[in-house]
Amino acid sequence: MEFNYTTEQQEIKEQTFKFARNEMLPFASEFDQSGEMPLTILKKAWELGFVNTCIPVEYGGVGFTSQDTVNITEGLAYGCMGMNTVLMANDLALLPIVIGGTHEQKEKFLRPFTEDYKIASFCLTEPGNGSDAAGIKTNFKEDGDDWVINGDKMWITNAGFADLFVVYGTIDSSLKHKGISCLIVDGKTAGIEIGKAEKKMGHRCSDTRGMRFNNVRVPKENMIGAPGDGWKIAMKTLDHSRPMVAASALGGALCAYDHSVKYATERNQFGKPISSFQAIQFMIANMAMKIEASRLLINKAAWMLDNDIPNTKIASYAKAFAADSCMEITTDAVQIFGGYGYSIEYPVEKLMRDAKLIQIYEGTSQIQRMVIAKEIFSRH
Amino acid sequence: MNIFVCVKQVPDTETKVIPNGDGSFIETNSIKWIMNPYDEFAVEQALLVKASNAGSTVTVLRVGAVHDTEALRTALAMGADDAILVEADDNIDSYMTAKALKGAIEKSGNSADLIFSGKQSIDSDCLQVPQLLAQMLNLPSVSVVVGYEGDSSNIVLKREIEGGALEVYNCSSPALIACNKGINTPRYASLPGIMKAKKKPLAQHSLADVGVSADDRRIVYSDFHLPPEKPAGKKFDAMDEAAQAGIVKEVVGLLRTEAKVL
Amino acid sequence: MAKILVFTETNKENVKTVSLEILGKLAGHEVDVATIGDIGAEGTQELAKNGAANIHCLKGDKLDQYSPEGYANALKEFISSNSYDYVFAGSTPTGKDLMPRLAGMLDAGMASEVTNFQFEGDEFQGTRPMFAGKCLCKVRIQGPKPHFVTVRPNALGLTESPTAGAGNKADVAANAGEIRATIKEIIKGASEKVDLSEANIIVSGGRAMKNAENFKILDELAEVLGATVGASRAAVDSGYAPHSMQVGQTGKTVAPTLYIACGISGAIQHLAGMRTSKVIVAINTDPDAPIFTKADYGIVGDLFQIVPILKEELKALLS
Repeated sequence: MEFNYTTEQQEIKEQTFKFARNEMLPFASEFDQSGEMPLTILKKAWELGFVNTCIPVEYGGVGFTSQDTVNITEGLAYGCMGMNTVLMANDLALLPIVIGGTHEQKEKFLRPFTEDYKIASFCLTEPGNGSDAAGIKTNFKEDGDDWVINGDKMWITNAGFADLFVVYGTIDSSLKHKGISCLIVDGKTAGIEIGKAEKKMGHRCSDTRGMRFNNVRVPKENMIGAPGDGWKIAMKTLDHSRPMVAASALGGALCAYDHSVKYATERNQFGKPISSFQAIQFMIANMAMKIEASRLLINKAAWMLDNDIPNTKIASYAKAFAADSCMEITTDAVQIFGGYGYSIEYPVEKLMRDAKLIQIYEGTSQIQRMVIAKEIFSRH
Repeated sequence: MNIFVCVKQVPDTETKVIPNGDGSFIETNSIKWIMNPYDEFAVEQALLVKASNAGSTVTVLRVGAVHDTEALRTALAMGADDAILVEADDNIDSYMTAKALKGAIEKSGNSADLIFSGKQSIDSDCLQVPQLLAQMLNLPSVSVVVGYEGDSSNIVLKREIEGGALEVYNCSSPALIACNKGINTPRYASLPGIMKAKKKPLAQHSLADVGVSADDRRIVYSDFHLPPEKPAGKKFDAMDEAAQAGIVKEVVGLLRTEAKVL
Repeated sequence: MAKILVFTETNKENVKTVSLEILGKLAGHEVDVATIGDIGAEGTQELAKNGAANIHCLKGDKLDQYSPEGYANALKEFISSNSYDYVFAGSTPTGKDLMPRLAGMLDAGMASEVTNFQFEGDEFQGTRPMFAGKCLCKVRIQGPKPHFVTVRPNALGLTESPTAGAGNKADVAANAGEIRATIKEIIKGASEKVDLSEANIIVSGGRAMKNAENFKILDELAEVLGATVGASRAAVDSGYAPHSMQVGQTGKTVAPTLYIACGISGAIQHLAGMRTSKVIVAINTDPDAPIFTKADYGIVGDLFQIVPILKEELKALLS
């Protein structure tokens, strides 16, 4: 057992937090209120190597381990959960290529992301299918050398800015899981119809839209794996992405915690700092416990990936626990700040709004529990 | 060009500082160390000069304890080529530090064309090492530099003095330049930079290796203690117009004699 | 009784106050003063009054303006030909740059940034802040003499009734030697105000300013102090001041030496942005305003009455 970060992990973490504190945090509120994509900040993050952490060295990536990836995500989400969503969405979209793509696909589609700041978008959810991902209806039909895509997608992060879409659909909906397939679609392909930007409760600087594929033609070599491999690839992707998303919850929770500790020592009521009251102390202590427990689960899930140990169950533990903890911690942070916490003048109400989404996307907290229960009962 | 940068590792500004048990220094166990903020400007300036002088190398030097090599690793990750650490106690004095830096430069086998440092360290605030080192190496030095222009044969430096006034210096390489905030904007260490830094050479010497002995100590620090608690503020009732002039006079007097801020 | 040299800077007329502070504190020792260039009658008189025995004015080629090398070479020659035990100087921009170089020339130790000191016989023992004032420590000097000390301005204070010295002024021919880093020009300080986050003194107004025009009285006070004007969020939200002037959590975080809060109640977001100011003065009509819990000096009164008096008082003091 080893619980310390290596020197290098420590340094990566420190640099990420430094960037988050100096370049993201001071602007988080501004972009939350305007709802604009902070492209300058995002590009700067890319320049410093914080983005597309999943791309392997062979294709121009830095060569991060999964543990590095969750540490980086924690730092970026500390700066702003919304900005992190934009950056993390690139990884969610590129991971299927990393996991299931051929050498040619990786060279063609991953490398450009290491040469310039590009935005990728992952299209799975549909208006009628969220948690029930296996029931997706977007249709892939063979036609000569192409696949032709038809269907609607919903809540697609980065859709309005994407250079590349990774789209899940079915070759035959009667096949259920076995019909699901995954295509790489260039952002400029004809027939892609992008909807209006959604107005959201949190993660407001991230771009989220519905979109429609109208007879979108994609060459056959753009399919990741074979037709029908999509579900398998998606499940493997989740093993990687859930610890990352959990780490984003951890980053947000840590930010709320830091604000709370500082405020509690500065705010006086009844003639003393509110940090001297047990009611506040207990909330802070609970925050600290949940943060540490989240971090241990996340790092374990990432460590298992790095060591080729199946991590599905632990990844779901991490995702559900960190997301739920983030919601609780940010809610308590608002409570500690009292009236000020409810005002946009202070940073914690935004954190509370941002936290909610992490319990919903990339598998709701309830879906995580279904995954966990299935893992438990499949062995009994 | 052989460019050297002197960096120091100091406690993070947010760190709580407490004297150690016998008051001989501070408790260093739980301290988070960072590169002295002014030294970041020095590293950045060295990298800028390197970028405009093909074939230059940047060597970063540090004298201090090995418990953490944060400052050197950061400098390497920012883009310095190699690093030299002279192992020493954290509380050695400026004279020993400067002499060790001189020894380390000489031991590297390269003569320095330019040496950059921060204008001061934020922990011991002695403001001595740059000038001492320049003197020991018989180099000209300019400190508190906020502007750097020109090439090595004619460097134009702006040194900040009282009231925001600037002294504009001409000098040429070799020279030592102690940097202040404003000279540049230090870059972040990129993550690829951090990965590359692992493979860069880091030489390690003892004080004896670079010709420094206990006899070189000039300053002895002792009795580290916390400053006295700030007394409760003084409040004056000046609602009555007749009392106002007297009260204002008293407060101004206190600002001068007690608070010493005027 | 030690033989001590105090280096003082001069504008050809007066000397820096810190030199007088040092002289006063050195009463009982044999104390000379050295400067580069000339000192006027008033400066000479001040030095003598505070205990200077001999005042040496070092003059020579290339010593008209400051250069670390030229000044250090000239002083080194002078110090070497006299047997001083200690050399003191103020921790001014020049003192900070020059003294370490000079000490290095003589292989001597130097105690920097001393805020207080005493002598045990002939042995110097100083106190100084470390870690940005989070700690204090004692400092002693060993090794070859003379030993060097720089003292922070305003730390010792002037001695109320100092012991006078003879104040014999004499010129000394000095040699600047080789100067490789030379000043080609001096650019005067920009008259524009320092940014809030860098300002050494801040005068700040709150909701009680009532309107934007009234900020003029703060501008006038700031003018006298060389301060920058700030505002609370309440004043900014009411349109009395632009957001760029806002001090506080969502404005600028400041840490000046002196912060004068006028008509600011002290909402927590304001306090969070200025609580690390070294000295806080608050002027407010409400004696229970939270700002008074943070203020070193609180004046319960109407800012429109107090600020003009304060301005005049400071003008008289600082001119």
